[in-house]
This record gives sequence, structure tokens and C-alpha cells, in this order.
Amino acid sequence: MATDPNDPKVEIARRTRRSFMVLGGGAAVGLAGWAALNRRGAEGDIPPALRSILGFNERVVRGALYSNDHLVRTYPESAIGNIKVNADYGLDDDIEEADWRLAVTPYGQSQPSARVTMDDLRALPRVEEIIDFKCVEGWSTVTKFTGARLSDFTAKFAPGSEKAACVGMKTPNEEYYVGLDMPSALHPQTLLAYEMNGKPLEAGHGAPLRLAIPVKYGIKNIKRIGSIEYTDARPADYWAEQGYDWYAGL
Amino acid sequence: MLEEKHKLATRWFHWINFPILSLMIFSGLLIYWSYDPYNIGIGGVTVVHMFPDWFYNVTHIDHKLAYGMALHFFLAWIFALNGIAYVIYSFVSGEWRELAPEAKSFGEALQVMKHDLGLKVPMPPQGRYNAAQRITYSAIIVMGGLSLLSGLAIYKPAQLHWLTAMMGGYEWARWEHFWLTMGYVGFFAIHIAQVIRAGWANFRSMVCGYDIVEAGGSHGD
Repeated sequence: MATDPNDPKVEIARRTRRSFMVLGGGAAVGLAGWAALNRRGAEGDIPPALRSILGFNERVVRGALYSNDHLVRTYPESAIGNIKVNADYGLDDDIEEADWRLAVTPYGQSQPSARVTMDDLRALPRVEEIIDFKCVEGWSTVTKFTGARLSDFTAKFAPGSEKAACVGMKTPNEEYYVGLDMPSALHPQTLLAYEMNGKPLEAGHGAPLRLAIPVKYGIKNIKRIGSIEYTDARPADYWAEQGYDWYAGL
Repeated sequence: MLEEKHKLATRWFHWINFPILSLMIFSGLLIYWSYDPYNIGIGGVTVVHMFPDWFYNVTHIDHKLAYGMALHFFLAWIFALNGIAYVIYSFVSGEWRELAPEAKSFGEALQVMKHDLGLKVPMPPQGRYNAAQRITYSAIIVMGGLSLLSGLAIYKPAQLHWLTAMMGGYEWARWEHFWLTMGYVGFFAIHIAQVIRAGWANFRSMVCGYDIVEAGGSHGD
């Protein structure tokens, strides 16, 4: 048996043993990390470790990247595509525009203080934008939205509520609901839209009023808004409860 | 005598990247499933849809978009930091000179390929890496950078609108991101085959860093 420490065979055997132990140790650490990362939390939700990483990413993006001066790209009329109806959560009941009211609960209050009509909304400055609507699934469609800026709406119907951290919106039957961070809600391209592609909103696209918020994925663009609430606590969010990022910003 | 084949830092970067990139591809597929528009085809005729139903049935990657996104946006940190650290290390240490293709590499690479395919062509003389390796490994690193950029362009197309525009727009960025990934899968298949073919001593050198060589000559793989 060769025991000469200068024998290259002995030397490489020693190095091989040591290196494979380090590699094995690294693999064990990696597997333990993987297990910790995937430790299950609430039913239907993603693992809590991943959820907290989404929170970390959100803080990085909001701290280092997000600005209301960053406008999403706009397109000419000729680029408008044919957006599909991808979901109808909260749209089961029939609804008459004349009966519809938007219940507004300003910051610091617990009850709605205003019930806004479509005529009230149309009296706000009318804004048109042709943007690329992006679904969390990965597809996108260039779409024209027309409506009132949520920032104008807030200034008029819930003045002072800009101080809140969040905005929550629900369908009239409360089956679909989204939560938004205030900067995104006040983004100049965030609209309460009543027209799509030059025509009044169709039922499947959220008549009479939906959210068009191009700095977010489609899941935040709630259709048929019934109520708006300004709060510091993060409002419940339908898809966040299904494991998606609460922030869902683009 | 022992000869150092791969630096300690290079080996760490490599073995961290391997599982992370694998999981990036896995989580990427979980995301891709929810909208899978790409095909391999000739002049508008689809030959293979990416991916066929049997692939989804076998792999069970369906309906895991939320999990896939969360996983992808965590691992991306490690992938990016490890890759950036490697590139910085490569330049600071001068290691890049042994990896970057030289003018003669492109001609020699053909010779290497013929040799590897069993044609009776001699291997051209080489340093740490042969001409084909120089080109392939350097391309993989450039691709890693492009994956990072196209990924960010899809991740924050509003905040990083300039980057998304640079990548040709949102849809092109997703297309690039997908095919870069398919490039890794292709590389992976060839790389594993070559590693198996090269044998134990070569594999060991990627772990422990050394190989035994006769005094006077080396021949890396």
C-alpha cells in the first residue's frame, strides 16, 4: 500500500474524499433549505417561506424601483387587440346601471360615506389610455380603457384618503375583491373605467365600472366594482388567498 | 503529479449554479404552462408544440402557476448573484482568458466536434478548455446574462420599461426567455453526455479541482 504522502495517488484520494464530503454537505444543506422553503402553511396558499420572499421582493421593488413617474407604454389605436373574457368571478347576478352605486368608505371611517353614481363618475375628467393588459398567466392584449383616474376620484369622493396605505375594492356580491397599495392606486394610469375599446363596458368585462390598473397584473383589474375602502390594513385579495403575490406589480 | 484543473471558486460557482438553474427551469415550466404559445415549426407548419399534452401529463407541472412564480422569483436572486459573482471573479482573476473564445477557436471547434464524433481527426492543442468548450461555455454565460435581462423585462415591464423595450417588447422578452431556457436544456444534455464520456477523472476534477497528469502534458475535458 502506498503511504507516501507525496504520492499523487494518495494526495488526490485525500483531496477527493475531502471535496466530496464538502459537496455532500452542501447537498444536505441544499436539501434542508429546500424542505424549509416548501414547508406548508395555510390550505391553498403557497409555503410561508415563499410568501415572505414575495414580501421581500415587494419591499425591494417599492423601495428601489417603483415610481408614479414610470408610465406604462401606450399604443396607437391600430394596435388594439381583441381581449378575451378570462374570468367572471362576482359577475353572476344581473345588474342595472341605473340601480348601481359605488359605496365609498374613506380613510378612518368604518361605514360608506358616499354612494357614487355613474353620472358622478362621468363628471370627473375623462381619461383615455391604450395599454397592454397583462394577465398573470403570461398573455397580454393591447386594450383601450376610458374612465376617471382613481386619484381624481379619491380627491373628490374621499379627500384625505390618499394618506391610507391601501385601497380595497369588492364586487357588489363580495365574491371578488382586490387590495392595492396606495402608490399604485394613485398612479396616473390607474383608471376607474366605464368604456373599453371605445364602447361602454360589456357585462363580461365588468359593466358598469371596472378597474384598469396597468402597473398590475390583470388579477388586480377588478370588474364590476361595488365598493371602495381606504385602509392601512392590507385588504383581502382574492388571488393572494390562492397563493399569488399580493403586490402583483409590473 | 497533480495538476489544478479548476479553481476552488469556479467549482463553487458551478455546483451552486447547477441545482439553482435546474430549479429555475422547473419553476419556469410551472409558469410557462399557463400560457404555452411557442412551437417548433417550419414556415408556419407546427412540428412540435411546446409542450405536447403527454409532456404535461407525464410531468404533472400543470396548475402550479402561483407556486412556480414565487419559487422563480426567489431562486432568481441566487441565480443572479451567483452568476454576477462568477463573472466578476472571472475578470478580477483573469480566468476569463482561459474561457473566452480566441480567433482560432471557431475553426478549431469544428475539428474538436469531428474528433468527438469519432472521425479520425486529431484534437487540436489546447489549454484548460478546448475550442468547442471555450465557445460553448462562454455562450452559456452570455445566455445567463440574457436570461437575467429578459426575465427582469418580463418581471417589471412597467418599472423597467426601458429594459423591456431593449428586449424588443414584452412578448419578445418572454419568447427570448423561453428559448434561452430550451438552450440550457440542450446544453445540459450534451454536457452530461460529454462528462460521462470523459470519465471519472474529469468529473472528479470538477469536484476536487485536481487531476493526476504525466509530467509534461495535460488534456482537459
